[in-house]
Amino acid sequence: MPKMPAPPIADDLLAEVDGGLRLLASRERATGRITFPPRAGDDDRFEPAMLPAEGRLWSWTVQRFRPKSPPYAGPEAFEPYAVGYVELDGALIVESRLAGANFDALRIGMAMRLVPLPFPLAGGGVRTSFAFAPIGEAQP
Amino acid sequence: MSEDVYIVGAGIHPFGRTPGLTGLQQGVHAVRQALERAGLAWPDIRFAFGGSDSAGNADTMVAELGLTGLPFVNVANGCATGGSAMFGAYSTIKSGEFDIGVAVGFDKHPRGAFSPLPADWGLPDWYGETGLMLTTQFFAMKIQRYMALHGITPRTLGAVAEKAFANGVLADHAWRREAVDIETILTSQMVSDPLTKFMFCSPAEGAVALVLASGRKARQLGLPAVRLRAVAVRTRPPGSFEVFSPALDIERGGSPTTVASRAAYDMAGVGPEDIDIAQLQDTECGAEIMHMAENGFCADGEQTAWIAEGRTRIGGALPVNTDGGCLACGEPIGASGLRQVYENYIQLTGQAGARQVPGRARLGYSHVYGAPGVSAVAIVER
Repeated sequence: MPKMPAPPIADDLLAEVDGGLRLLASRERATGRITFPPRAGDDDRFEPAMLPAEGRLWSWTVQRFRPKSPPYAGPEAFEPYAVGYVELDGALIVESRLAGANFDALRIGMAMRLVPLPFPLAGGGVRTSFAFAPIGEAQP
Repeated sequence: MSEDVYIVGAGIHPFGRTPGLTGLQQGVHAVRQALERAGLAWPDIRFAFGGSDSAGNADTMVAELGLTGLPFVNVANGCATGGSAMFGAYSTIKSGEFDIGVAVGFDKHPRGAFSPLPADWGLPDWYGETGLMLTTQFFAMKIQRYMALHGITPRTLGAVAEKAFANGVLADHAWRREAVDIETILTSQMVSDPLTKFMFCSPAEGAVALVLASGRKARQLGLPAVRLRAVAVRTRPPGSFEVFSPALDIERGGSPTTVASRAAYDMAGVGPEDIDIAQLQDTECGAEIMHMAENGFCADGEQTAWIAEGRTRIGGALPVNTDGGCLACGEPIGASGLRQVYENYIQLTGQAGARQVPGRARLGYSHVYGAPGVSAVAIVER
């Protein structure tokens, strides 16, 4: 199972559970409503939660040009990447990079699982971010 | 008893790029043109509301227009800045406080996509650092899902852009004034799938000013006028899908547009079937398609037939974005919503020249939408 290949891109974002990666979130105690990203700081109205690691692709696109820096922290050399929303049952529809699939193979409704995404920084070094990748079907 | 409110004059600085003029100077140009066309002078104006997103404080215009001492309220409300300025002017006259005033919006943005910073939006830095914080991605993912659910094809997206550029050719205030054929639109550089370069509007420059007056004042002046039947500004309800959202609730809801639209129809006492001409937010082609349904003009999925049959073209049953919309005019944030009302005023008063819609259009509808989930709808009547 995936391990974090480098320090996480942010504190309070990712956790390793039983060798797998999970996204951290918050749960509102009064309503049970899940929020992501997790709430920063001490707030008694919320408790820590974790998002399911698997879900289905809700929508997607491909980022075809290099985003402006700041805020983008990736390297100057640019490769297009896929972005999507993944519906996680009982929790949320979460926005994420997509990995492990040809752009042409992306379909709304396809099953996906959270994986670590090594993210090289423009200033040197690598951090661990997250992505969702298709489950099951062998990708060409 | 509240006052009826009329638009009795309108001015515009052409949209696009004007290197020699600041955004504020373009705003002054628009106010002067509105006054001149109406045969009014600045001292006739009792109050003003105005704003821009990134081109300065509207009230400093008094240095150019005249130090008459009038109250001049600055509005800063993101993409709804123009709509909110008009709402302020509308409410002021409706309340009876003053009988004639100006709403002005202007802007001047640098080239290329907007580059917001996560902290300004209450978001963690990683969201921007990893390349998720782009408005273009939001628009692409909203229409991508809509197309899958409602059977809309890229060809329908292309037809919307083709219409926008065809209408822009006929509008002297538009930025893009050359027709672009649908094959060029569909095969141009892909920006964010399914949207190509020609399917997105660009940040731009421009300014619009409207002169609003009470019914009594409008009759006194005897100018070509349209009555403001409704002005509604609304923020997002639960479950809406907005730009810069790291996560969405599974239970999906309405949109700020559906809420503002219903409020405006209620206020005006009319329905979508009564509208003769509409200006709808078209940040990209998909937005125009989805906003046709969100504003009640058709059911989800009916857009394919509507657009294939040319129903939204000038001369169709419901002409949409008759001056080419944001796609042909570009999007100076502070001015964009007022441009839509300007276009309806020009159309309903029969001054639209080559792009004039045929017949006697009576009701004009305008809709502006923007981050972080705000819509403004106005309904005007000839």
